[in-house]
Amino acid sequence: MALAERAPRWVENRPSDGWRAVDTAELWAYRELVWFVAWRDVKSRYKQAALGVLWTVIRPVAGTAALILVFRRLAHVPSDGIPYAVFALAGWTAWSYLSGSVESVTGSILVNGSLVTKVYFPRLVAPLAAVLPGVIDLVIALAALAVLMAAMGVVPPAVVVLLPGCVVLLAVVALSIGLWLATLNVLYRDVGHAVGFALQLWFFATPVAYPASLVHGPARLAYALNPAAGAIEAFRAVLVGGPLRADELVVSLITTGLLLVGGLACFQRLERRFPDVI
Amino acid sequence: MNEHAVEVENLSKRYLLGEDAELRRSLRAVIGHPLRRHAPARQEIWPLRDVTFAVQEGRALGIIGRNGAGKSTLLRILSRVTEPTAGVARTRGRVGSLLEVGTGFHPELTGRENVFLSGAVLGMRAREVTRRFDEIVDFAGIDAFLDTPVKRYSSGMYLRLAFAVAAHLEPDVLIVDEVLAVGDAEFQRKCMTRITSTGREGRTIVFVSHNLEALAQVCPTTLWLDRGRIQAEGPTQAVVDRYLASAVRRVGRRVLEDRPERPICLLEAAVLGRDGQPAEVVRREDPFTIEVRVRVRERLPGLDLGVDLTNLQGVRVLDEGLLRSGARPLAEPGDYTARVVVPPVLRAGEYLLSVWAGSAYNETLLSEDDVVTFHLDGHDGRNAHGVVDLDLSWHVHPSNVVLRVVS
Repeated sequence: MALAERAPRWVENRPSDGWRAVDTAELWAYRELVWFVAWRDVKSRYKQAALGVLWTVIRPVAGTAALILVFRRLAHVPSDGIPYAVFALAGWTAWSYLSGSVESVTGSILVNGSLVTKVYFPRLVAPLAAVLPGVIDLVIALAALAVLMAAMGVVPPAVVVLLPGCVVLLAVVALSIGLWLATLNVLYRDVGHAVGFALQLWFFATPVAYPASLVHGPARLAYALNPAAGAIEAFRAVLVGGPLRADELVVSLITTGLLLVGGLACFQRLERRFPDVI
Repeated sequence: MNEHAVEVENLSKRYLLGEDAELRRSLRAVIGHPLRRHAPARQEIWPLRDVTFAVQEGRALGIIGRNGAGKSTLLRILSRVTEPTAGVARTRGRVGSLLEVGTGFHPELTGRENVFLSGAVLGMRAREVTRRFDEIVDFAGIDAFLDTPVKRYSSGMYLRLAFAVAAHLEPDVLIVDEVLAVGDAEFQRKCMTRITSTGREGRTIVFVSHNLEALAQVCPTTLWLDRGRIQAEGPTQAVVDRYLASAVRRVGRRVLEDRPERPICLLEAAVLGRDGQPAEVVRREDPFTIEVRVRVRERLPGLDLGVDLTNLQGVRVLDEGLLRSGARPLAEPGDYTARVVVPPVLRAGEYLLSVWAGSAYNETLLSEDDVVTFHLDGHDGRNAHGVVDLDLSWHVHPSNVVLRVVS
């Protein structure tokens, strides 16, 4: 290692044309920047600390209360044998992390515009850092969920140890969609506005307030094409139990994988030109 | 040890003017749009054209040139912020660039956190920053405010901290752009000392400055860029002399080619003496007139016109705008002649006139640098050292006069 540092390597800057692979070694070398950018966002997000933390508790609780009222009391939506409040709060927790991350990934290049136009760093640092701050809200919501589960006597299954894996999956889903949007957002600023609306529609296409088991027949696999469907069902299944169909998860994983590869390719192809356009 | 640390071959950079033209086109390429193969012709500018040079390891290269000569674009490519349109730039080892002091600072974070953040931005590991932390804080002289958010810093403190971080990065190649233009004299001296000692440690430096004295102090060789091309390269003193001499090639009036593809173009610029005739030499004691003739082809909302004068030290002494003066914008297409009378307040010496025009949205539509070069002839007299000599009147009263009346 020391030797490699002694003999500095040449770095070339030439016109990029065509598709470029992700330089994982370089990205690894910049891992601390990912942390710092994320930390900076956390700090500015919670600068009014008392209210900030309070909000992260109020939001999932109020959101879940609304879901209970609309989907349970009015529409009598089933919940795979799990108390609906627990079912909804678990779904809400996963969804708000996912949708919040998609939004911050979308804006990540523009938010860091002053950096992008003035220093070099692998541009992927920005979207990667954008999925981290939401984890804090997620953990706080999980704490609220733990209290609720204890109160209602719901015991998490043994597979709950896989929960971190499910959170990573949610982050990957957010990136797989967000990388496309982040790239588009540099080109067309109105993408940022459209995202909020699209997320509202996406909410109804995703098993957050209702279980995927409500969808019957061949439509069910088509439903699983939604990358968020598999991730959220998996998150809820490891946390509070309930059925999880392997074929659905696989379909969701495949769409996520394809979207991620495409999004990365698109991002990588255009990132060198970001500084000239921002 | 005769190896190169920086190599630049046939480097060119093109910008397309107009809305995001470059990237939109490449998105179309990604999607593979088969239609509209011939996009409408866009206005393009080449800040760099076919530039080739190399810097040996451990040497310092200075870069000079007027505004818009391509210096900043070159540094942006060397530090990999942006990519060239053609050619290649190679650097060996870690590159530290100081294109703008304080890049990456975040107002909510404390001084301590910002040191680590901007270290990370510049490619430093946290443990490297920790190792140099005391030195950085010492250089910046802000130890009492380390845990205060930088939004509460004075601009001087902010600047000192930002430079301190970048200066202690220990890069193999250090790229510096005009940092000395900011800060007080004491701080500038400190920065210069730091930059020269960086050079002595065997690091390679690429240094852009309008401050020719500082340049000569740091760089044995210098490259002169003019309109995107290399005009001269060699020992700093020789290149600087040629650069200064070029500016002295006076042109009191310049007629420019009409460019029908542009919405507005400059037809003529001149400096008129007391007799109303174009002159290369104007008496310092007389007012003189800047005359600019432009042709406007389209209705451009809020079209503004500006002229500025720069002296040979690169200081912009005047920057006058049409709209700022309270006049109306050039609303209708047609030819316009604008005259600005400059009172005799400037010091004797050489001046360069640049002309600018832009729309209400701050979009630059016309920018012609150094179109006219003229000399203000005469004596400054009375030991005046300011950039301008306004002959302000003084009012002096003895301040103990009240006491005397009472007693």
